[in-house]
Amino acid sequence: MGHDRGASRRHRLRERHGIDELTRAYRDERAKCVAILGRVLGDLDLAEDAVQDAFLRAAERWPREGVPANPGAWIVATARNRAIDVIRREQTLARKTELLARAEQLPQDEEAVIPDERLELIFACCHPALAAEAQVALTLSLVGGLTTPEIARGFLVPEATLAQRLVRAKRKIRDAGIPLRVPPEHVLPDRLRTVFATIYLVFNAGYGPPPRGDLCAEAIRLAAVLAALMPDEAEAHGLHALLLLQDARRDARVTPDGELVLLADQDRTLWDLAQVDAGRRSLERGLSLRAPGPYQLQAAIASLHFDDEIDWEQVALLYGRLLELAPTPVVALNRAAAVSMASGPEAGLQLLDETPGLEEYYLWHAARADCLRRLGRPATEEYERAIALAPSDAERAFLRSRQDLLAAELEQRHDL
Amino acid sequence: MRYMLLIYSPPGDWSSVPVEEQQRIMQAYGTYTEELRASGKMVAGDALQPTATATSIRVRDGETMTTDGPFAETKEVLGGYYLIDVDTLDEALDWAAKIPGAQWGTIEVRPVVTDYENVTA
Repeated sequence: MGHDRGASRRHRLRERHGIDELTRAYRDERAKCVAILGRVLGDLDLAEDAVQDAFLRAAERWPREGVPANPGAWIVATARNRAIDVIRREQTLARKTELLARAEQLPQDEEAVIPDERLELIFACCHPALAAEAQVALTLSLVGGLTTPEIARGFLVPEATLAQRLVRAKRKIRDAGIPLRVPPEHVLPDRLRTVFATIYLVFNAGYGPPPRGDLCAEAIRLAAVLAALMPDEAEAHGLHALLLLQDARRDARVTPDGELVLLADQDRTLWDLAQVDAGRRSLERGLSLRAPGPYQLQAAIASLHFDDEIDWEQVALLYGRLLELAPTPVVALNRAAAVSMASGPEAGLQLLDETPGLEEYYLWHAARADCLRRLGRPATEEYERAIALAPSDAERAFLRSRQDLLAAELEQRHDL
Repeated sequence: MRYMLLIYSPPGDWSSVPVEEQQRIMQAYGTYTEELRASGKMVAGDALQPTATATSIRVRDGETMTTDGPFAETKEVLGGYYLIDVDTLDEALDWAAKIPGAQWGTIEVRPVVTDYENVTA
């Protein structure tokens, strides 16, 4: 009896361990396996199917038979066999011969250390020959391991649309000859910008409103992988830092009812201070490489916003530097807002009025309204314009509350 | 892999281009073609006569319709091509970006079908 109980306990432990390892391997090794098979086979669809199949086999066998010494290599070797099976069914002889020759090159040693080619995979997913929405979907699917329904939900597109987008993108990579490799020096800066932008787009989709935390977490994870794979790339750390810092305020910036909360009114106990520290450490690593860039600047600005006394002069200065690197109207708007905090609403208003091309952007009207309110001047028209242009209910509700506040202030002044 | 680099430019009257500019453009194409040929990647390349010389043909229900002019009136027209043989799209894009016409027109890069039984939509 005692022996039986011990055996069944061991059995249960093995099962538990098998499931845990499977979860870990799926999270940590899946993209590596897809990358290796994809590069060798030159066909990401085939690679992904084979890896998926290998994980299904692992789900059957690991809990029963125990976890292999090197789970990643086991998956690659199993996926290799699966791919060879699929290739044997291929109709065209020429293609069959070519693919089999490629598959033979895959490591079949279950103990081997498998190379980390995720960076090559990321650059293929974010290749500028693919549309931006395809880049995002592919990166989340192949590198992040998110399912099609998960990605479709995150970006509010029908599942069938997203599935088709993924298939088309994978085919284009194969048929147009998009390479799985780190781009050569002369195009690397351009390509890196696309990779950063893709990860940032994932984060933004998660940031909301309404916030979808899983997408933010995924973007942070991708940024962390990128920073680890390119440790000498200052902006990779800058992006990682920026996402960590922005995400640290996620719980505080929206009320449970979905209303936006202004920075000054946020409940600081809801800030994730451990994550703020992590973000600041990433920023330090980036800054120490002495290659400033827009993500590091934005991270530095975000970092300053966590101080008890915000140094608005410093914020305005950093926005000024950012404006030189990324001369967009939105950055100009943020700089003007920071200047209004550092030097007063009059100076802010003047800068806002000097920034053309924002008449259709609700935050420009909101910022002008705020400066006018602080000058004790009416801003009904500005608030109405901002509300009419605001993209979401949360933002409209917030602007209405500011408008009411101004009305109350003017009323009070009138009474005095 | 083989790639077709299709050179599109805004239609213009070549004779209205100043002579020095014409010479500069011809020289740039000459240099580019030489470089491409020397790299061993060039399969073919030609410049086309202007669209004013084009004739379009359609056969419907056995009937041949011949019309004067290009397939479609577009803002940019096909003016020439290079057919190259390189390893990856990146390499093809590098060569495409170096085509003098990329400075004022658009180069469309299209992989050429080599495996006719595995063509996807």
